Amino acid sequence: MFKLLLKILFTPRTVIPAGEFTGDSELEIIGKKLGEKTAKMFGRSLSIREVDSGSTNACEQELTALSNSFYDVERFGIRFVASPRHADMLMVTGAVSRNMKEALIKTYEATPEPKIVVAVGDDAIDGGIFKGSYAVSDGVDKVIPVDFKIPGDPPSPKVILGHLLKILEAVDSNKKYRG
Amino acid sequence: MNIIIWTIQILLAPALSPLFIGIVRKAKAKMQNRQGAGIFQPYRDMAKLFRKDEVISSDASWIFRFSPYAVFSVTIALGLCVPLFSSALQNSFTGDFLVVVYLVALGAFFLALSGMDAGSAFGGFGSSREMTVAALTEGGLIFSLLSLAISAKSTNLFSIASSVSSLQPVFMAPVILAFIAFIIAALAETARFPFDNPATHLELTMIHEAMILEYSGKRLALMEWAAANKFFIFMALAANLFFPWGISSGASLAAIVIGLSVLSAKILILTLFVAVLESSIAKFRLFRLPDLLFISFILSAISISLIL
Amino acid sequence: MFTAVLSQNAFFVSLSLFAAGAFGSLLLRKNDNAANWWGNLLAIAGAVSGLVSSSAVIFYNSSFSFTAASSLPLLSFSFNVDKLSAFFIFTISLIALIASIYGMGYAKHFYKKYNLGSLGFFYNAFIAGMLAVVSSSNAIFFLIVWEIMSLASYFLVIYENKEKENIKAGSLYFIMTHAGTAFIALAFLLLYSATGSFDFMVMKHNAGSIAPLTKNIIFILALIGFGTKAGIIPFHIWLPSAHPAAPSHVSALMSGVMIKTGIYMMIRIFMDIMPGTQPWWGALVLAVGAVSSLLGVLYALTEHDIKKLLAYHSIENIGIILLGLGSSLLFLSLGFKSLAMIGLVAALFHTFNHAIFKALLFLGAGSVISKTHTRNMEEYGGLIKRMPQTAVFFLVGSMAISALPPFNGFFSEWLTFQSLFSGIRSLDPSMQWMFILAAGSLAFTGGLAAACFVKAFGATFLGRPRSEEAEHAKETDIASRLGMSLLAILTLVVGFFAGKITGIFSDISGSLDVFRSVEVPFSSGVNVLRFNDGFASISMPFIFGILIASVAAVFAVVYFLAAGRKVRIARTWDCGTELDRRMEITATGFSRSIITIFSGILRPTKQIDVEYHDADMRYFPKSRTVKLEMKGIYNFYLYRPIRNSAMKFSGYFKMIQSGNVNSYIAYMFLILIILLLSLAI
Repeated sequence: MFKLLLKILFTPRTVIPAGEFTGDSELEIIGKKLGEKTAKMFGRSLSIREVDSGSTNACEQELTALSNSFYDVERFGIRFVASPRHADMLMVTGAVSRNMKEALIKTYEATPEPKIVVAVGDDAIDGGIFKGSYAVSDGVDKVIPVDFKIPGDPPSPKVILGHLLKILEAVDSNKKYRG
Repeated sequence: MNIIIWTIQILLAPALSPLFIGIVRKAKAKMQNRQGAGIFQPYRDMAKLFRKDEVISSDASWIFRFSPYAVFSVTIALGLCVPLFSSALQNSFTGDFLVVVYLVALGAFFLALSGMDAGSAFGGFGSSREMTVAALTEGGLIFSLLSLAISAKSTNLFSIASSVSSLQPVFMAPVILAFIAFIIAALAETARFPFDNPATHLELTMIHEAMILEYSGKRLALMEWAAANKFFIFMALAANLFFPWGISSGASLAAIVIGLSVLSAKILILTLFVAVLESSIAKFRLFRLPDLLFISFILSAISISLIL
Repeated sequence: MFTAVLSQNAFFVSLSLFAAGAFGSLLLRKNDNAANWWGNLLAIAGAVSGLVSSSAVIFYNSSFSFTAASSLPLLSFSFNVDKLSAFFIFTISLIALIASIYGMGYAKHFYKKYNLGSLGFFYNAFIAGMLAVVSSSNAIFFLIVWEIMSLASYFLVIYENKEKENIKAGSLYFIMTHAGTAFIALAFLLLYSATGSFDFMVMKHNAGSIAPLTKNIIFILALIGFGTKAGIIPFHIWLPSAHPAAPSHVSALMSGVMIKTGIYMMIRIFMDIMPGTQPWWGALVLAVGAVSSLLGVLYALTEHDIKKLLAYHSIENIGIILLGLGSSLLFLSLGFKSLAMIGLVAALFHTFNHAIFKALLFLGAGSVISKTHTRNMEEYGGLIKRMPQTAVFFLVGSMAISALPPFNGFFSEWLTFQSLFSGIRSLDPSMQWMFILAAGSLAFTGGLAAACFVKAFGATFLGRPRSEEAEHAKETDIASRLGMSLLAILTLVVGFFAGKITGIFSDISGSLDVFRSVEVPFSSGVNVLRFNDGFASISMPFIFGILIASVAAVFAVVYFLAAGRKVRIARTWDCGTELDRRMEITATGFSRSIITIFSGILRPTKQIDVEYHDADMRYFPKSRTVKLEMKGIYNFYLYRPIRNSAMKFSGYFKMIQSGNVNSYIAYMFLILIILLLSLAI
């Protein structure tokens, strides 16, 4: 165990400090603005429940990468939770297959107000590469009301972070209740 | 002056406990090479939860609605019964260690009932596992505190604290053994590693989290706050019963400030120890836990026989 | 002396009221309603009179004795009611009072199906028998009333005789109780031969002249005999079948007070009639108590029949009472009289508390069973919405038996712990490890009992209904609810005033000759119970106050913090699947983890049978049957060897029955010659 502790002490930090990321100062602004936005809406604390309604798991991989030591979404006060009852925001991935339609509706009903629904990935927005198939509903907004969309197949974690910022900017921070 | 001390005693646990949970999470994040949320993040989470609506299952009854209040009130009542920062509050009415153990059991009883109330599969087996672990933890918990009580010739926690501080070195071995046993039991009661993972999303690995999956809004905030309070109180017990140097005996302002800061320092050390432990070992399989709890019981029994 | 006369008269009035109730309901048996009302009303009256009598003895120090000589030699109808007997009379009357109130409503289920006259007759005879058992002072008279009590309860066990298993349970009960009575009779015969009389007072007077070996044998015989009635392991096998079979208010009486008569006689013989014990007596009782409590609660966890679960918990609580009693005996034998008092007070207090909350639980279970027509917990569920008041009373009972503050069970377990702790502190290492193990068993028992009652309450009342019957259940009638509410209030009140009541119990223990002029090791006031050596102190009113104040404060603060938030009712979250009644946790599933952990002791077995669509190919299973069983280890290690050896010896003796008339004549001739020779010599 001590070898492990020594290794932890001497590993260099890898958290992308939002300003140095490929010389892109955009993420720095994203980070600061995200902090302010979640401060207004939810007091700098946002709980996300991820719902997989029949996706290819590509978007899930990218969402999982948000919690690693490079992107570290937890430093902004955002965390992923285990139950929709604990969540403020639902991030839905995948074109809604027939089997998952009912489950998605129940998840939506199980989330307390105020809540935001975000469709992540082209599949969730309008069916993506599966559009028109008999086995899917074309997009999440055909099943539950969607507030915002993040395009990409799959969107990279940087893109997801950036869009999260724009989403929270678009939310009317004066209204206390949604949905 | 006593009023001020009592007020601080009552409010100390609820006020400081989210801070120490935040410290645990921050330390774990640092060990994972991340930055992690700030140490005040649990306060923000709870404030947000109090501002949200609730969704309650149609299968749930008044037990579901009442349990968070019961569980949280038990932690407040516990705060009155344990020595925190000042021994000017000698409490011979509720300071008995058996009262503390059974109050904790009262909280676990209502928590387990609320897990079963909504009729979900997760809550049911979460309650089952929680009662299994709680039933076996009581032995180690009672006996580790008993060994201290025998060496201090009193079951009152305040007397134990003041007596251990004046203990000769020859009694160190039993105290150390009792401390190890108490730490094992405390980890079990507060649902930390290796008994339970408080940050897991996999229901099959949950014990405490599984019972609160149905809660939302203000009741969820109460449940999480109660868990934080329990963690704080157990760490305070470990700090003040086994390393009681620093508990102020006077009632002056300086004594209170010194007492509070020494307590915070001790709990900080224990919190960091928990964080390092959680980053180094894995959670045990459920059927390995009874072995650990019986070890706790046997260590305490050895400690008792060493004293006598 | 006014109060002595009062208590004596009240006692005999109560006995006669019970007798009148018994015979009256037999006379009224043609009319169900009349028999029910008459039997229960007179039982209530008798119980009230018993309460008056015993309270007078306890509080006004007015013990009495009464002897009516009879024409038969050695038998005299002698009663002696001192404070110890009065306490047991008080407990019996209290539980009888509430059970009769409950019975007025509950017995309506038996109208037109069974004979209510016989129910009233045996019920009143049962209670009268118990009252006589704890007050009799002559061994032959004791055996008579003991037999009345056992027979009456036997007939009550097989009362619902249309179910085959009740008859089987009754037969097992009949055999076991008479086996126990045989041991008791042997003990009394030995006492008679050593002291020359069957009268308890004379026995006590001459107890000094009994040889030590005889004392040891009497101890073992009495322990086995009265232990069979009390239900210690391994003589408990009748309890889990007999208590569920009886009607619920009778189960409450049997479990709450009848098994305590065994405890009463143990105290009477080991501490009053034959004191001056050996240390190993106390150690044996301590060991028996520890084993009974642990095994009792473990077997309770395996049950999914609600009344069997409660019956096993009775065994566990008898174990706890014996822990207190054993420590008391041990201290007496070593000369630590004031420490011994703690143990006896703890045992008596737990007897009282257990009677109250066990009766409450059985009455609650009876209400549930009468509305859902099944004893199987796997078919309950969601009853808290359909029977809300019964649920509250059952919850209070569950919290009391799990020793949770601020109820009464917590305090008597605390006292038992204190008596064991004082043993750990005061004795030398050779005895200490016994007390350490006993305290460890008590600690684990408390935790496992709480787990078991989370299971019992949760599977019965919470969640969704698991069967049609549970879905359509309704609340019980007012009489049942009245009875249960009285007991629930009593648990809280006794818990609140526990400090003061401990003073009464130390008074009762002090009345025994062996404790005369022993200083009480604690000071008990309304607020605080404090031990004189400063080791422990507790205040039940404060605990109650702190809990109520915290709950009120939290309610107020949260109300303001979360003002204006709405609550929406929706479906239970289970990952978006359709929840049916099989997706909840079951009672069996709840305790499976604990059973697996203790599988070395419990030896569960699992048998899986698979039936295939095509028996030759065996690819596609048609159905799987899983059978989970638990055979008690006492069956394997004790009863089966006894049965096998009994059969073997009978086999040997069968050889003399040759069927040949000539050999029988030869036997008679042989015996005749032997007798003539022995007469000559």
